[in-house]
Amino acid sequence: MIAEIGQFALALALVTALAQATIPLIGAARGTPAWMAVARPAAIVQLGLMVIAFAALTHAYLTSDFSVLNVVQNSNSLKPLIYKISGVWGNHEGSLVLWVLILALFGAMVAVFGTNLPPSLKARVLSVQAMIAVGFLAFMLFSSNPFLRVFPAPPDGNGLNPLLQDPGLAFHPPILYAGYVGFSIAFSFAIAALIEGKVDAAWARWVRPWTLLAWSFLTAGIGLGSWWAYYELGWGGWWYWDPVENASFMPWLVGTALLHSALVVERRDALKTWTILLAILTFSLSLVGTFLVRSGVLTSVHAFATDPARGIFILMLLVVVIGGSLALYAVRAPVLKGGGLFSPISREGSLILNNLLLTTAAATVFLGTLYPLFLEAIGGGKVSVGPPFFNTTFVPLMIPLVIALGAGPLLAWKRGDLAGVLGRLKFAFAATMTVAVIASYITWGQSVFGVMGMSLAAWLATSVLVTFAERIGLGRVAFADSLRRLSNLPRNIWGMTFAHFGFAILIVGITGASIWQSENVLIMQPGETAQISSYKLTLDGVRDQPGPNYTAQRATFTVRQDGEVTTILEPERRSYMVQNSQTTEAAIYSTAFADLYVVIGDGDGANGITVRLFHKPFIPWIWLGILILVAGGLTSLSDRRLRVGAPARKEKSAPLLAAAGAD
Amino acid sequence: MLARRVLFLVPLSAFLVLAVYLWAGLQNDPRIIPSALIDQPVPEFELPPLVPDKLGFGNKDLNGQVFIVNIFASWCLPCRVEHPLLMKLAEENIVPVYGINWKDRPADALAWLAELGDPYARIGQDPDNNAGVDFGVYGVPETYIIDAEGRIRFKQVGPIFPEILEETILPLIRELQG
Repeated sequence: MIAEIGQFALALALVTALAQATIPLIGAARGTPAWMAVARPAAIVQLGLMVIAFAALTHAYLTSDFSVLNVVQNSNSLKPLIYKISGVWGNHEGSLVLWVLILALFGAMVAVFGTNLPPSLKARVLSVQAMIAVGFLAFMLFSSNPFLRVFPAPPDGNGLNPLLQDPGLAFHPPILYAGYVGFSIAFSFAIAALIEGKVDAAWARWVRPWTLLAWSFLTAGIGLGSWWAYYELGWGGWWYWDPVENASFMPWLVGTALLHSALVVERRDALKTWTILLAILTFSLSLVGTFLVRSGVLTSVHAFATDPARGIFILMLLVVVIGGSLALYAVRAPVLKGGGLFSPISREGSLILNNLLLTTAAATVFLGTLYPLFLEAIGGGKVSVGPPFFNTTFVPLMIPLVIALGAGPLLAWKRGDLAGVLGRLKFAFAATMTVAVIASYITWGQSVFGVMGMSLAAWLATSVLVTFAERIGLGRVAFADSLRRLSNLPRNIWGMTFAHFGFAILIVGITGASIWQSENVLIMQPGETAQISSYKLTLDGVRDQPGPNYTAQRATFTVRQDGEVTTILEPERRSYMVQNSQTTEAAIYSTAFADLYVVIGDGDGANGITVRLFHKPFIPWIWLGILILVAGGLTSLSDRRLRVGAPARKEKSAPLLAAAGAD
Repeated sequence: MLARRVLFLVPLSAFLVLAVYLWAGLQNDPRIIPSALIDQPVPEFELPPLVPDKLGFGNKDLNGQVFIVNIFASWCLPCRVEHPLLMKLAEENIVPVYGINWKDRPADALAWLAELGDPYARIGQDPDNNAGVDFGVYGVPETYIIDAEGRIRFKQVGPIFPEILEETILPLIRELQG
């Protein structure tokens, strides 16, 4: 009964979305306020209906209702409660319900909070938002119905892919989807602006917070996925250039470019058509991300829903959404008036460089992910890709990005003084050289990339600090004045400082983890001791440990450093009964500067067990860097000038802020 | 003005080209991609050994009986997925499985095999993609079935799944073995 309510709610949501997609749009074209006003209640009703549908599916999972096919295929009565809940979105159909739920949530938020939006713009934005919902709801109802019944109901279900049974991955999809779907708002605003034929600073001010929100979620989602891969997949890597990882990374790269180009539209009224294009591309790549994962075009460990028939539906959806919006762009974008002029050496110029490098990087990843497919499709030759490809194409693009990132925020708008800026960065140069010398000394004879990574990180971190000190006039004005400027500093400056500093931390982590890792693989008997870095690990024993729906083989290691016991590590190897498959659970000892990472493989306590030990310098800095990036995004989001729909407003303290270089 | 309009058509055109390719890609089964090498003799190659106590191999060694050649790398995620199936094949002694370790560091590959087990009768190391180019490898894993005359009879791109093993690979091997 409850499953039928869920299905009915989905059907009603489709009807509501159809109304919301058409009536306000026509109203905006004709200038009929009553028709435009339909958008707001429709968006709220749609959210209500999606909440009902999602709750109905969750109910089916919680009660292990095995008359629902989706529950049979993806759940099991033995499964712990948290994974019954995460099982709702750990499969194709359920993840679509979640996708549309988040879409409806964002739509309703625009409807409720966008009170300051011009009525015609708001009506059009919500209409476009509903068009996306129509596509996905139709897809769900006609080819991926989560509420299909099965008769007779089997006694128990098949269970969730054990790799996905993990707290990190339980919350990975909702956060990642919030990122993907969040970009739909920027997309809807872009399409609405194309229809209206008007893009101005106010438009950018409405788009920026939504982009920031989506970007923060996507950053967190990618970070969480990477962290999961690190400790759950059990072979010590944190990024594999796997197609599914790339699928989330491409919208992140273009979304980051969008974040920065929208800044130029807001402040300088320039780069409008480019920003519109980026908004379309970011959301398109989010859709492609969903498409890559869901259609089985690329086979991967993550692609747990492989079904070409659905793929064709998604492809048609993509053609309509992306093709349609790009066609509209081709027709309408030339109409948009260009804005402020600027010289190549200026803040705008540096942001364009940022945009070019980020979009090129995204194109590289796109090519590496899809190239094999293109060649196969035309029956031609083949190329080899994999981490070797991405490392040689992607990394060289990041080097100029980081160098430019150090100087860019110090350049003035319109026309900058590069020589002057570089002069102000002399402290950063000195710090970079110092780090380069120290790193060369410590790692003499090892890879030169390690020195390069550390120097780049030092350059970025110190120039971020110099830029921040300049803003509050540290050393130039009285210290009390500096403090006052500090407390008056807008939140978006704090956000930018955090984000750029977090990026520097991330570079340290990536460099350390990729270049200076050491590892040791051996077969150990209980009582034996192995060494890695400065740690000595003694295998105390191996025993069987039953879990709720698996049995585990657990090894216990005592870790000593200089004879003192540091910690006890207990890696596991789990065998899942229902799916007849195994997962590894790494045991990790983290310090501020490195991880000690232990996994066990084949074998048992009697004949010895395969043990793999890693020492991974700086890997905690990766997670720290990502956290700071997200904190930067959220801090910037809390800036009152970016409050959802806040109108442009002259601040009382404007002269002071201008003096502090507030923009 | 016209030039400006043409410029704005570029994104749309690029997308349409892409869509056509994706569409063509979907017409193929994502896992079984036909190869120009099917029913052709194994391309000539000779690879040095990876493991000290196991021989390397070349095309001349793939003769006289049915073989499976599996191309793998330690950095490859799907290789881990199919690995238990290869272990099973090796344990049941149905057919010799030869491995080509592709674009990998030998130390990493050895660690990988130590951790997961070694199903291979022989392993050739191919860090520079020498044999890989001739086989047309563009990603790992790939699996080939070679008949007793040294001809490639089947190619699997991406990991082997239990149903492919049961429904396609094992019947073909039995048929070829007579």
